[in-house]
Amino acid sequence: MTSLSNTLRTETPLAAGNVTELIDGDVHNVIPDTHALFPYLSDHWREHITNTLFKGVPETSYPRWAPTTERPGSELPNWRQAGSDLSVVTRDVLDADGLSYAVLCCTYAIDSLHNPDAAIAMARAVNDWQISEWLDKDERLRATIVVPTQLPAEAAREIDRVGDHPGFVQVGMPVRSAVPYGSRLHAPLWEAISRKRLVGAIHFGGAPGTPPTPSGWPSYYLEEHVGMAQVFQTQVVSLVTEGIFDLHPDLRVVLLEAGVTWMGPFLWRFDKEWRNLRRLVPWVKRAPSAYVRDHIRLTIQPVDAPPSDIQLRQAIEQIGSDEMLVYSSDYPHRHASEPSRLLSVVTEAHAARIRSANARALWKLT
Amino acid sequence: MDLDGHSVGVFHVEGEYYALLNWCPHQGARLCEGRLWSGLESDVPGDYATRTDRAVIACIYHGWEFDLRTGRSVCEPERLRVRAYEVTVEPDHTSDQDGVTLGRPSRTNATARTFPVTVEHGNIVVDLRRTPVSGTVPNGPRNLSEGEIHHTHIPSEGSLQPGGTR
Amino acid sequence: MVATRHRPPQTEFEASPSTAPLAFGASRSAASTRPALIDCDLHNELHGDVLALVPYLSDRWKRHLETFGVRSPAGGFFPRFMDHREDARPPSGRRAGSEVAFTRSQYLDPFRVAYGILIPLSPAASQQNHEFGAALATACNDWQVAEWLDPEPRLRASIVVPIEAPDLAVAEIRRRAGDPRFVQVQFTGRPQEPMGRRKYWPIYEACQEYGLKVISHAFGSYGQPITGAGWPSFYLEDHVGPAQAMQANIISLVTEGVFDRFPDLKVISVENGAGWLPSLMWRLDASWSLLREEVPHLQMAPSEYVRRHIWATSQPMEEPHQPHQFGEFIEHLGSLADHILFASDYPHWDADQPDEAFPVRLAPDLEHKIYYGNAAALYGLGETK
Ligand code: FES
Repeated sequence: MTSLSNTLRTETPLAAGNVTELIDGDVHNVIPDTHALFPYLSDHWREHITNTLFKGVPETSYPRWAPTTERPGSELPNWRQAGSDLSVVTRDVLDADGLSYAVLCCTYAIDSLHNPDAAIAMARAVNDWQISEWLDKDERLRATIVVPTQLPAEAAREIDRVGDHPGFVQVGMPVRSAVPYGSRLHAPLWEAISRKRLVGAIHFGGAPGTPPTPSGWPSYYLEEHVGMAQVFQTQVVSLVTEGIFDLHPDLRVVLLEAGVTWMGPFLWRFDKEWRNLRRLVPWVKRAPSAYVRDHIRLTIQPVDAPPSDIQLRQAIEQIGSDEMLVYSSDYPHRHASEPSRLLSVVTEAHAARIRSANARALWKLT
Repeated sequence: MDLDGHSVGVFHVEGEYYALLNWCPHQGARLCEGRLWSGLESDVPGDYATRTDRAVIACIYHGWEFDLRTGRSVCEPERLRVRAYEVTVEPDHTSDQDGVTLGRPSRTNATARTFPVTVEHGNIVVDLRRTPVSGTVPNGPRNLSEGEIHHTHIPSEGSLQPGGTR
Repeated sequence: MVATRHRPPQTEFEASPSTAPLAFGASRSAASTRPALIDCDLHNELHGDVLALVPYLSDRWKRHLETFGVRSPAGGFFPRFMDHREDARPPSGRRAGSEVAFTRSQYLDPFRVAYGILIPLSPAASQQNHEFGAALATACNDWQVAEWLDPEPRLRASIVVPIEAPDLAVAEIRRRAGDPRFVQVQFTGRPQEPMGRRKYWPIYEACQEYGLKVISHAFGSYGQPITGAGWPSFYLEDHVGPAQAMQANIISLVTEGVFDRFPDLKVISVENGAGWLPSLMWRLDASWSLLREEVPHLQMAPSEYVRRHIWATSQPMEEPHQPHQFGEFIEHLGSLADHILFASDYPHWDADQPDEAFPVRLAPDLEHKIYYGNAAALYGLGETK
């Protein structure tokens, strides 16, 4: 553990980078409808989708009309889903924000498909669609490999298939899973991510068919929206405890749309339990907070900020590292406050890291 | 064993004597009433390498482990340790027993005190103020073969109650 | 304002009574200087598990127990490290915390406990056979009266009920409501459904009627995994998990409008820590500001419900990386600091030693509130004796 001083762990101007550059670490590209995937599906699945009620993945973690799903101004004509039109994303995100890069995260719910062959076929189609219709069209874009996380060996096969494409920088994993991601069941997934030198991207949502809380299914979307932070906490506990970062020392994992302010106090508790119980997991040699600071990154939208700027700054400092936060708009989703709020309460050097340097280091953008 | 008013636990492990201050830096529990365990190391998840030559004491409260030889915390060895004492065993010419001498390398003015000690049935018997107190092995170490490690636990003031208050 | 005592230390720290801020053994003579405390999580353990309840069961349920045993949803076991606190076993050799006399002499007396709130961890609430669960709950409450409350006037107790069968739970609440020594109704850490769900409303209605609090104690479930992402592998994960589980229950209680329907209801989170409360309130308010249309029954911001209706016990208290951050935590709680209650969790392995339960020395007024005043106000207990 390195940060016992009052200052953040590293605050050197050296790596702060270009203070005006902006990289957006979380922009959502949405599949307009299943027909968009037809060019990338086999004859079998095209015919099946045409002739049966199976029209692709029905699940989404973002209710179509919820106020959090599409921000004002992102709506498309003819009820097309926000985030499904590259030209609008280019105009309203890449150009409007003057981004040097945007990292796309497609959250197509492959994990909800229990038929393994359908899941594999749809994941492949989504990735080929991303290559042809997004990555090949704008060199500022980077993207997330969509995989059937519920079938780790198949997920690894898909990562091996497309992982060398320079546009793919990470592998998407919905934070809700049937088994925590650190579990040895998921070993092939992490091995493939590591092998291809990609980032593990754990994102909001998921549809594994198991409840999102330890007490079963809640009634309201609001509950899931708030409670997703606790599922992220669970996954962080799992990754560190199971030694994923000991097995893969170069691995980085980014939590997308996870919230930010819970991290500090969560680490206090996690460290405390490790001091008590490390004997059960002797491969965890350092405090969990040290692993987290070295290996885990967070996008900053939403931040879940307190009303007071001073308290917001304190909550950010409680995380104990200025290398962890990565700027994001989370376009087209909508949140209670703008990312500019967080950037305004941290030091200028820290803000510069958040705007671009941390993203460059994470995704090896050069 | 009482030293300058402080309770000190003496351990006899595989022929070596060790002594630690009976006070846990976490919440002040009587550390030495905890169990002795082998050292436990691992380089890979799923690997559990027990090191009988690296015995640790796990605090009776929350299980923080401390290296018997150095007093250093297993979790945070650079930052945290309990005071360890040098132990020497010397013949006590006033009786048939050997004596244990506790020395404190960290303090030059410390007065080392010698206590008579015998080894009976693998247990250490330390004579406190010439009153023999039999060392006990209340909970034998479970992951070590019988007789390898014996834990002498020496209640101070004869009380096992948590009395700590501010 | 809060932090005057620093631990963990900034540099290498060699523990000894003379260098450490607070010595366990050395200051024993100062036992009488600290004011008395109220312990809001004290465990009365069942010696031999359910066998301790046999004398309190009817013949019909004794036969059932002998024939079929207790049957809770199976699965979800982890090898642990420490079990009960090893020095808490009574001289009789029975289970730690299973004899009131030893709890009195080892804990209540030396630590100046003015009142202790008992929380028995019985298998009643997790029985698949709800009638048997109800019988075990009744037996457990009778056992508490006979072996704990009657012999020791400083004790108060939690009513054990079969929460997954609310009609049977309400019947048991009515049976105990006349005994003022029962101060609250006990939920497991992970009920079958989130705590705010309609299923449990009859229990809350009865609690409100009789002025009983509701507690959710960490651990215990109806078979669900400890996480929203399935079963973890290690007890370490299981032991971080209650903080996440309790947050889900609080989110549910607030968004379901439980506190609109039962405005006098007070819910206490026990053994889940409290460091997560500020960020939970911030996140609740942020999401609600956009999604409030879905929950039009809410009359105010979710954080306001938390501030009015949720209490939390201290143990296991978070230990911030830097001492001043504990002060930040208290400031981030704001008015909710008046709802933090001292709890030891005696005699479990992760219990907090009362005089060392916080990573910094608390300012005197805050210390008094957490150790005594907040609980005295909540439970209507007298001032320090
Ligand atoms: S008091 Fe020793 S580990 Fe907590």
